[in-house]
Amino acid sequence: MHPSVFQTSLPVAFGYVPLGMAFGVLLVGLGYDWWWAPVMGLVIYAGSAQFLAVSLLAAGAGVVDAFVATLLLNLRHVFYGLTVLDRYRALGWGQGYAVFGLTDETFSLLAGEPARERDRRFVLGVTGLNQGWWVAGCAVGALAGGSLPFHTQGLAFSLTALFAVLLVEQWKKQFQPIPAAGALAAAALCWFFLPGKYFLIASICLSSALLVAVPARGGRS
Amino acid sequence: MMAIVLAMAAATQLTRFLPFWLPSRWLDYPLVRTLKAGLPAAILLLLVVYSLKGTSLDQPPWGLPEALSLGLVIGLHLWRRNALLSIAGGTALYMAMVQTNLLNQLLGG
Repeated sequence: MHPSVFQTSLPVAFGYVPLGMAFGVLLVGLGYDWWWAPVMGLVIYAGSAQFLAVSLLAAGAGVVDAFVATLLLNLRHVFYGLTVLDRYRALGWGQGYAVFGLTDETFSLLAGEPARERDRRFVLGVTGLNQGWWVAGCAVGALAGGSLPFHTQGLAFSLTALFAVLLVEQWKKQFQPIPAAGALAAAALCWFFLPGKYFLIASICLSSALLVAVPARGGRS
Repeated sequence: MMAIVLAMAAATQLTRFLPFWLPSRWLDYPLVRTLKAGLPAAILLLLVVYSLKGTSLDQPPWGLPEALSLGLVIGLHLWRRNALLSIAGGTALYMAMVQTNLLNQLLGG
């Protein structure tokens, strides 16, 4: 039996709620009204970009700076869209929201598996519930401000754990040693030579180049 | 503030919608198909590493809480194959280690 929308989305809640709260705390710390945090969660809905926004706002950056920096930071989404394209095209009318909400975590939940029966209900449900966790976290953090007892330190590790679990699932289905080694090499290279914000796009480009350059051996589904 | 929020939203959505505007014949190129087949696993691996990017490996506890918790997640998952159990187990271990500073004390750091 397939896990339900709620079961699929639950691990994301453990990461999104504390991270959204951390974002809310930082944003009101700059002096903005609390409702900006959930509004940004609704309109921008990109975790790393919203943390980037905090430093941009603190530095008094302009609109063009913000646009270009966000574009660079989120360029990785192009690869996500490419991977889920066929599944999302088949969704019909819900496609727009599904693409709008294609975060790292939503992508990782949906990329590895084939479309289900009544896939629109499932994809939109997971996407919407994930955004719900995030917006709720942003709002709670901003409302509580600095008065939160932060015993949630380390809770965001659940997102790392989620990615690791989904990776194990992918490898159980089909393990291709050469692309895996390529991605690991790209990760190692970028870990030591690049600042955090360009890590993902650089390492994804490098892995893609390796995927194309080195023909995959063994099981192809 | 509103202008910055809208600019960042526009930039984010541009990156998310772009592949859906590509001409559909591009998507049948062998190069694109290779990418679509290989990218999910590669990106998941990169997301695991990326989410640990803040870890400093050159001072105590040398990334050990991250390594041990990740090991527990993978081990639990290979053993029971229950996603929630693996995630909860690894995260609980990680939180216990970072909140009690246990490893630093054990390592005399």
